[in-house]
Amino acid sequence: MKVTIKYFAAIREAIGQGIEVRETLAVNLSALRDELLAASPAHADSLARGRSVRMALNQVMSDESATLTEGCEVAFFPPVTGG
Amino acid sequence: MNTRVSIQTEDFNLADEISALRKNDQRVGAVCSFIGTVRDHNVAPTLGTDVSSLPPEGAELARGGPSLRSSAQQGEVLSMELEHYPGMTEKAIEAMIDEACARFDIFAARVIHRVGLLQPLDQVVMVAVTSAHRGESFKACEFLMDYLKTQAPFWKKEQTPEGARWVDARSSDDAALAKWGIQAANG
Repeated sequence: MKVTIKYFAAIREAIGQGIEVRETLAVNLSALRDELLAASPAHADSLARGRSVRMALNQVMSDESATLTEGCEVAFFPPVTGG
Repeated sequence: MNTRVSIQTEDFNLADEISALRKNDQRVGAVCSFIGTVRDHNVAPTLGTDVSSLPPEGAELARGGPSLRSSAQQGEVLSMELEHYPGMTEKAIEAMIDEACARFDIFAARVIHRVGLLQPLDQVVMVAVTSAHRGESFKACEFLMDYLKTQAPFWKKEQTPEGARWVDARSSDDAALAKWGIQAANG
């Protein structure tokens, strides 16, 4: 299926792009993250499991068990620091 | 319905926002507002940083000299760039206002958050709430700020004399939200 992936803040800078569209067989966020870890050294570093990475599925904060659907929007970003 | 959430680069005027929020509603007996502004300094990261090389708390007292810990961690901020997640940020704050309306006896709430390049002294965020009595708007205002701090997708990047740095999340913000019975693991 096709998914749109967005990156923000330090993760966006490290990966060098704010958005990418991917064909994936990943069923959930966890599997997609695994797939992205193999995509490039920058992905591997900034999305590494040891790092504090938050995720959203269709613009709602989600954990790695969240199930992907055709055309969904996924985002990876650092802990938020607004206010 | 009036706009409840605005994410904007422009500044805002609290008096105008409060007038609009009250909009001649004679039930209103209390208005509580909060404004967050840009400081010219920031304490450095409490999370995600290796602090093992720093002296233990209190070491500077024993030496009697100025605090090495503070001077090393206290950073001058020249300006600040705020990034957000268009679409999600607005939705997340709308959901927070719905939650505040469910938890507290309030009439209306308004949240404005600026993005883009900001300077020290600039206003960053405003929360304003109306209610019949002060207790509910005080609580709802604090609740909205605590919620926003750990759940609304914004990221601050500070420009300092040593270069740019992304601000780290603070575990104290998670603790602030926990007092409302909501477990956050932002930090």
